[in-house]
Amino acid sequence: MGVTNAFKALAVVTALALPASAAAQETSVIGVSIPAATHGWAGGMNYHAQEAVNRLEEAYPQLDFVLATASDPGKQVSDIEDMMATRDIDALVVLPFESDPLTGPVKRVAEAGKWVTVVDRGLSEDGIEDLYVAGDNPGFGRVAGEYFRQQLPDGGKIVVLRGIPTTIDNERVEAFQAALEGSGIEILGMEHGNWNRDDAFTVMQDFLSKYPEIDAVWASDDDMAVGVLEAINQADRAEEMWVLGGAGMKEMIKRVMDGDRMIPVNVTYPPAMIASAIEMTALKFVSNAPVSGRFIIGSVLITPENAESYYFPDSPF
Amino acid sequence: MANATTAGKAAVKNGRPAIDLHVIGPIVALIVLIIIGALMNPNFLSYGNVTNVLARSAFIGIIAVGMTFVITAGGLDLSVGSMAAFIAGLMIIVMNALVPTLGTGWPTILAGMAAALAIGFAAGLFNGLLITQARIEAFIVTLGSMGIFRSLVTWLADGGTLSLNFSVREVYRPVYYDGIFGIAWPIIVFLAIAALGEIVMRHTAFGRHCAAIGSNEQVARYSAVHVDRARLAGYVLLGVLVGVATIMYVPRLGSASSSTGVLWELEAIAAVIIGGTVLKGGFGRVWGTVIGVLILNLIENILNLTDLVSPYLNGAIQGVIIILAVVLQRQKKATR
Repeated sequence: MGVTNAFKALAVVTALALPASAAAQETSVIGVSIPAATHGWAGGMNYHAQEAVNRLEEAYPQLDFVLATASDPGKQVSDIEDMMATRDIDALVVLPFESDPLTGPVKRVAEAGKWVTVVDRGLSEDGIEDLYVAGDNPGFGRVAGEYFRQQLPDGGKIVVLRGIPTTIDNERVEAFQAALEGSGIEILGMEHGNWNRDDAFTVMQDFLSKYPEIDAVWASDDDMAVGVLEAINQADRAEEMWVLGGAGMKEMIKRVMDGDRMIPVNVTYPPAMIASAIEMTALKFVSNAPVSGRFIIGSVLITPENAESYYFPDSPF
Repeated sequence: MANATTAGKAAVKNGRPAIDLHVIGPIVALIVLIIIGALMNPNFLSYGNVTNVLARSAFIGIIAVGMTFVITAGGLDLSVGSMAAFIAGLMIIVMNALVPTLGTGWPTILAGMAAALAIGFAAGLFNGLLITQARIEAFIVTLGSMGIFRSLVTWLADGGTLSLNFSVREVYRPVYYDGIFGIAWPIIVFLAIAALGEIVMRHTAFGRHCAAIGSNEQVARYSAVHVDRARLAGYVLLGVLVGVATIMYVPRLGSASSSTGVLWELEAIAAVIIGGTVLKGGFGRVWGTVIGVLILNLIENILNLTDLVSPYLNGAIQGVIIILAVVLQRQKKATR
């Protein structure tokens, strides 16, 4: 909320400070292209994108936004082409569905002299975007790994649920394994739960059948943690292990706040990073603040002490 | 059990060699999988694991029984996965809305179940009417409704997840996790529906009409079969069974989101085909579908229980088995 107010205050200051001539006549159009809300995290990201757009349109009358959600990479390419052809955008904020198919189309936008902000998933070619805003995937794995190390100082047996096979997942898991190196913690098994509750439930049921002794689970995502918890409860082995999810789903943050033994902590990977990207892109058009470069949002450990500041009860995620 | 089946089929083999592999192919595949699983991991045949696999199979299984009728009648339904997600979402909304009036006990849950069946009926009717009355290809109609149902549940959930009221869920939970005589409810419901389906397919006019329509629609029409009525009934039956599957699914995790039931339609269709039903219609076998569902779920289970192959390849193994199962059957048919 503090950030929002700061931006609003900034908006007022900017509006007062700028001579009306420059700002009011020239309307800048910012296109925002993001994947549709096909899972929990993306749902939260859509919510925060919409919030940011509403807030900025109100704060800066000279800014216009075009928000498009795509359910596959092909649709996203079409969205971006439409924005260029029919809305004559001045800037593009894009969270690429997949890196490779989007690299070409986004590059053409950049070559046409438009401002390009890339969010979360990097493009396959360096140097296209003016601003890169992303979460810290290796950090996500590392913070989780360090917590396991700290909680299981004498070593232990854990299982890992991985996401959809992607670069994001690989970076997280590699950093997690690197953080565990030499700790005596043994990873019994790793399977893909595809960031999906049902898949995670199935995988965890099978892990429980396969391994008689499990000290902890890295579910690596809060949706997967939901399925994992249910499987553990069904097998009646809740006393034996704890679960670390990730990404900061509101229900899980609530459980951390309440001091749930099964869910001791969480690691952030905030869907609101899309809001950071839109706000910074807007700043480019309404202020003199330099915003080009790379902006990496760190993954931090959410503990019962700081959980409150990560709890957004209104967000769908 | 295994011996008896093989011996019985061997006897048939001498008399009518052509039918042989076509019929026992799926059973043999299932037995081989069970033996592999038992050799790979001692926990494979444990009560817990067997219950897990059977209960998990129930959702797709219940849907696949309905799908067997639709495919036998020469149709197809691609919307069932999205439909399940949509019904689950609406069911949760209905139950949450009824909590203030009906409380958090069984009346709310029964109302939710009734809603699930009614929505399933309506969704099946929607598909069926467009196919039989508007005369649009089943593939196109259900491709369209697949997108519609999926979008609706995403919209209802606001892109996130719909969660059932916590106290209702505690009451409802045993429907998935408990059972009688140690057999979980989803397994009981699945087997009951499969048995009923087998009887309907073999011994009722409706079952024979489905096969007749799938075999040759014109001839069926000349034989005074109410073609449109039977096909419509097939889609409605499938819709209702999707409702039943959802009733068993919702208590498991107590939530529905846009990722619920993704690709269930293809798993159901694959199970039907592995089981020996002909994709073009004209011949259907409900018990084969049950075996097909079990095969698909056992593969996943075995791959999870062992470290045979990289998890990246799970999908490939399933694909190979689906194709193999059908190849075995088709070869035999060609020689018939």
